[in-house]
Amino acid sequence: MNGDTTKKSTPYTVPIGPVHPALKEPVMFTFQMEGEVVRSVDFAPGNTHRGIEWMGMRRNPVQIVHLTDRICGICGIVHSLSFARAVEQIAEIEVPPRADYIRTILHELERMQSHILWAGVAAHELGFDSLLFLAWRVREQSMDLIENLTGNRVNYGIVQIGGVRRDISDDQRPVIEQGLAYYRGLLDQMKTVFLDDSTIRMRCRGHGLLSYRDAQLLCAVGPTARASGVAMDIRHDYPYCAYGDFDVHPVLPPQEFGGPMGDVYDRIIVRLLEIAQSIDIIQQCLDNLPAGEILWEKKLPKLLSILKKAQGEAIGRVEAPRGECMHYVRMDGNEAPATWKVKASSYSNLMSWIPMLKGEQLADVPIIVASIDPCMSCTDRVTIIRNGSAADLTKEELTRLSREKTRRLSRC
Amino acid sequence: MLTDLIGTVAGAILVGVFGILVALFLMGVDRIVTARMQARIGPPLSQPLTDIRKLFMKENVVPANAIPWLFNLAPVVALASAITILLYIPVGGFAPVLSGGGDLVLVMYLLTLPALALVAGGFSSGSPYATVGAQREMVTMIAYEFPLAIVIITIAWKLAVSGIPLPFMLASVQANPVWGLVGPLGIIGVLILFFVLLIVIPAELSRIPFDTPEAETELAGGVLVEYSGKNLALFTLTQGVKTVVMASLVVALFIPYRLSALLPAPVILQPVLDLLFYLVLVVLVAFVAVSLIRVSMARFRINQVVSVYWIYLSLIGIAGLLLVMADHFLRVV
Repeated sequence: MNGDTTKKSTPYTVPIGPVHPALKEPVMFTFQMEGEVVRSVDFAPGNTHRGIEWMGMRRNPVQIVHLTDRICGICGIVHSLSFARAVEQIAEIEVPPRADYIRTILHELERMQSHILWAGVAAHELGFDSLLFLAWRVREQSMDLIENLTGNRVNYGIVQIGGVRRDISDDQRPVIEQGLAYYRGLLDQMKTVFLDDSTIRMRCRGHGLLSYRDAQLLCAVGPTARASGVAMDIRHDYPYCAYGDFDVHPVLPPQEFGGPMGDVYDRIIVRLLEIAQSIDIIQQCLDNLPAGEILWEKKLPKLLSILKKAQGEAIGRVEAPRGECMHYVRMDGNEAPATWKVKASSYSNLMSWIPMLKGEQLADVPIIVASIDPCMSCTDRVTIIRNGSAADLTKEELTRLSREKTRRLSRC
Repeated sequence: MLTDLIGTVAGAILVGVFGILVALFLMGVDRIVTARMQARIGPPLSQPLTDIRKLFMKENVVPANAIPWLFNLAPVVALASAITILLYIPVGGFAPVLSGGGDLVLVMYLLTLPALALVAGGFSSGSPYATVGAQREMVTMIAYEFPLAIVIITIAWKLAVSGIPLPFMLASVQANPVWGLVGPLGIIGVLILFFVLLIVIPAELSRIPFDTPEAETELAGGVLVEYSGKNLALFTLTQGVKTVVMASLVVALFIPYRLSALLPAPVILQPVLDLLFYLVLVVLVAFVAVSLIRVSMARFRINQVVSVYWIYLSLIGIAGLLLVMADHFLRVV
């Protein structure tokens, strides 16, 4: 059947982006097409650079925590937690166990809402709008839970250096339990709706392939890597918060669905199974919630003066819904950090688009692009402007600049 | 002679206006029904009318590298040809306006015209999205023609072998419901053909799962991506009128009954009854073929569209054809 549509022999260019219905955030794709088939693809991020790191380096760590909430609209807690953990390591702050458990509960609630949001987006990219509406209706419950616990639906503002800003009261526990029961009851239904649907399987099975080797070579992270069979999960490899107390294993596509193939379908499976995992983790956290303080230091001036004296460098790593998120912070005894570098999970995943999209049909581009759950506002940390317009950096320039930065950092 | 001409012209205008009104009504119903099935409230019934009115007030943007005359001509041709088909199909329980002039074969040819106009408009708009969309529209058109032809030819053949004169005329199809001409085996065959025709409708109308030529998430509207203002309004109306055409065709071929024949009613009320019955049937057909399929499926890839129509639906259609034939020959023997 492909013969009908691929007869046109000369490749032609189809630009997709920076603004296009298939993309939820701006990124520029250039496809070399032959008929309906993608021959090669190039992409250029950098359209949502907002200078957040620049803003942060002029603020103290307590102010930055709330700035990190704004890096991404979905992962509200991921960035603030990652930054807070880096600063806590530098200042040798020990987070109270209760705060660690509350952080974990919110972290997992966020993973649930993020994965359900993604499932809806994926359905929309496939042209299955009914599923989009149903998925997002179901997502509301987790948003309500987050609002109940933090006071906000997005930009939670819950993480503080050395703990969390709100406790979970005894009144709130039944609300959480109710929410968990709601999702437990829905899990099987969601699996049926997404995994047993023949049109979804037709569109996703065997498409957007990322081999185990490619996933490792391109340093893919999170569900993108796990769907290709790479067993990696920061919650398991380097436990933080309360994860060390529980049995958290990386979710791989199970054998019953044909094992890890690394296609779009596997990425759907991994995310659905991770929702189940999150429910379990939250339940365990609730059952074992320790008593005690929720902040290492309640008085802000005291906390700030301690942070001002802190010196050293650290990396805060957390497993975001999209994969590993990393914040590098270096403090040199000033109010503001000397360096703050954000590496979001999508930064590691974007390159896997190239092998995934090659040889696929144009019709599958939206779902494949969406399958890694890209977050451009998390990723875009730099925009190069030369003579008033955007420019590209070559490999040599990048190497030179990175060496200069490393030298500059090691001097301070 | 002159009165005939005036009558035809008046009938054509009436059918045109009626077709557009029913089209807007069907679009409104589709949006509400779809919304309810997706757990939404949906817009009011008058929303399509509001949309079209607003589009007519908007500027007509012609892209710099488009071919302006073809780009502007395409939507007019599309709507005109869609309304022309209505003149050959019994609408609202009345006989077709141009009943003497054409038959089912002509209707089949005319059905390709709006799609061809869309393709011409897409190619002339000079956008890569529209070009890909136009290519897909052509492939889709080629794909669904065969199952559509199987359905129409089977019914005409059945009428012909049953000794009815002019089997391709819609008036004959209307006067002799095909269900009454076949035996139990044939009824299964006709049911299968009914199903095939219902599945042809979403492709004919570029609706999910066969909306590959427009494919919002991939092609941002595909063939229609460069159209705006009045031109877009005309194309939107074309889609609506095509819905009426396809639904009326299904009604004419498979449910050609009149309520007035079954229910004793005063002569003056009979047209009203027929009209209402027709509207109910058209809404039902549009509900099944457009709304219900649309909410329950994801979009197909273009090669999947082709295999669905050429392989699966054609085989199903041929099975229906064979059943009708077997029924006929068994009964003759």
